[in-house]
Amino acid sequence: MSTKILVPSGVLGLGFDQKALNLGLKRCPDIICIDGGSTDSGPFYLGTGTTKYSSEICKLEWKTLMKAREQIGVPLVIGTCGTCGTNNMVDWMFDMTHSIAKEINQKVRVARIYSEKSAEQLKEALSSGKVFPLEPAPDIDQRKIDTFTHIVSLAGAEPFQDALNKGADIILAGRSTDTAIISALPLMRGENPGACWHGAKIAECGAFCSSNPSSGVILLEVDKNGFTVEAMAKEAFCTPRSVSAHMLYENADPFSLHEPGGTLEVKEASYKSLDERRVRVIGSKWMPSSNYKVKLEGARKVGYQTTMLAIIRQNRYVKEAKKWSKKLYGLGVEKIVSVMNIPKEEFTIDIRLIGYDATLGHLEKSKKGTPNELGVLIIITAQSQEIATEISRLLNPYLLHLPLTDQEDLPTFAFPYAPAHTERGSVFEFTLNHIQILDDPISGFEQKLDEFNFG
Amino acid sequence: MSSILANLKQITSKIRSKNAGPFWITIDIFFDKADSYKKVKKTLSLDFVSKYLNLPQKYIKRFELDSLKVIKISIQRAVTQGNIFDRDLHGAQLANLFSELEIN
Repeated sequence: MSTKILVPSGVLGLGFDQKALNLGLKRCPDIICIDGGSTDSGPFYLGTGTTKYSSEICKLEWKTLMKAREQIGVPLVIGTCGTCGTNNMVDWMFDMTHSIAKEINQKVRVARIYSEKSAEQLKEALSSGKVFPLEPAPDIDQRKIDTFTHIVSLAGAEPFQDALNKGADIILAGRSTDTAIISALPLMRGENPGACWHGAKIAECGAFCSSNPSSGVILLEVDKNGFTVEAMAKEAFCTPRSVSAHMLYENADPFSLHEPGGTLEVKEASYKSLDERRVRVIGSKWMPSSNYKVKLEGARKVGYQTTMLAIIRQNRYVKEAKKWSKKLYGLGVEKIVSVMNIPKEEFTIDIRLIGYDATLGHLEKSKKGTPNELGVLIIITAQSQEIATEISRLLNPYLLHLPLTDQEDLPTFAFPYAPAHTERGSVFEFTLNHIQILDDPISGFEQKLDEFNFG
Repeated sequence: MSSILANLKQITSKIRSKNAGPFWITIDIFFDKADSYKKVKKTLSLDFVSKYLNLPQKYIKRFELDSLKVIKISIQRAVTQGNIFDRDLHGAQLANLFSELEIN
């Protein structure tokens, strides 16, 4: 007895190999699970409640998975809908599911699981002493929480299990841990808990744990003693090294992974090749915690941005760019404060020298010498789009013509297009690295159940 | 006795870095050869990494995975991912600091 989970890819929208998916379906999985997002692409998506991937691509992939689900008659589950897992993104997937069900004449029971919390709910939890910071955590207080545009908690396995128990064919969940999406069914069926969570961690990125990451599809089989993982694409192989190395991926700690309800410990896990394609893992341990903790994520708007880019080809200015940009910064800030009357705390000007240290900043240690040309990227953040752009107008002549000394001709650097400024709209930041203790794993995640009968 | 300076890239099979959530970056250094792994384990001490990254030790976690021949270094991001001063949203370019590190 075992539980088989088919994972088509690391995230909906990334693509998967149709042949590999078909091979996976032939293996009679008990459930099809896929992740819908993560924080990996930054705070903008959570800040705005929008999706990173193309709607059309997501719809195409989801339609394929809905057909696969019906073909083999098992549940289809997606967590963290729409990259950020906000309530409106769950409803976005719901509308998509509805329109596809109508198009392909399906009869399905659809469960929605919502992960968002209101500012009021978080403030209440904070004042009841239920919220704790992780390391490092931004400071939060009642006033700051009011500025957050979206707050989500990461659902564990229990809300998924509850929806499965209610006979859901399709589950659309808001923000959840990647692992909970996959571990829910095997845990429910009494498989080894350490193997459920560890297997889920390995499988959640799809075929990333194999020799062919872009093939997407992985089959995970969990039983009472351990789990087996196999990549479905013909040219993809899982090896003990590729599978054990995957615990390192995007994890600060390779041995312990905190999940809602406990911690996964993999230090004692052993990895064995069953054949050239499959790996068997035993020895993973699940340590339940005394209280049920979920991770919180939040985002707030920090302002509006306008950018400018100039390219310096003149060798002397390329060589002196650091001195030159410091001069530009000083003159710019002084003028903005005195002429535009904007206090220093209400704007920032960030100058990045592309060709020197734009990626690594003060950590850059390369002594490669001067490049042929240098890109000067100025990022202005202010309290409104108008102010950010007005600041760019003030900086414009400096960026184009600022000389190193007063006793020389004004240079004219290259603007790659007109106008010289680009408005970027609102920018956000992550505001929470905290956990919340829940009284129970399910009541914090509202559920809705619907039937589509187009069959 | 002369020692030949190699950079880490030349004596490792792979070096990668990536965000581990918005507040941490994790760096994985994979070795093929046991003797390179053993040597670099000694050189890339917590103290060395702290000085190299200009980051106090309390913000760094360091792991040695002998069965995989991997050194993992996880650091608290000086700037949260996506913050207006973040220069590398996915944290993947930090690995170059280690690829280009000269070791003798």
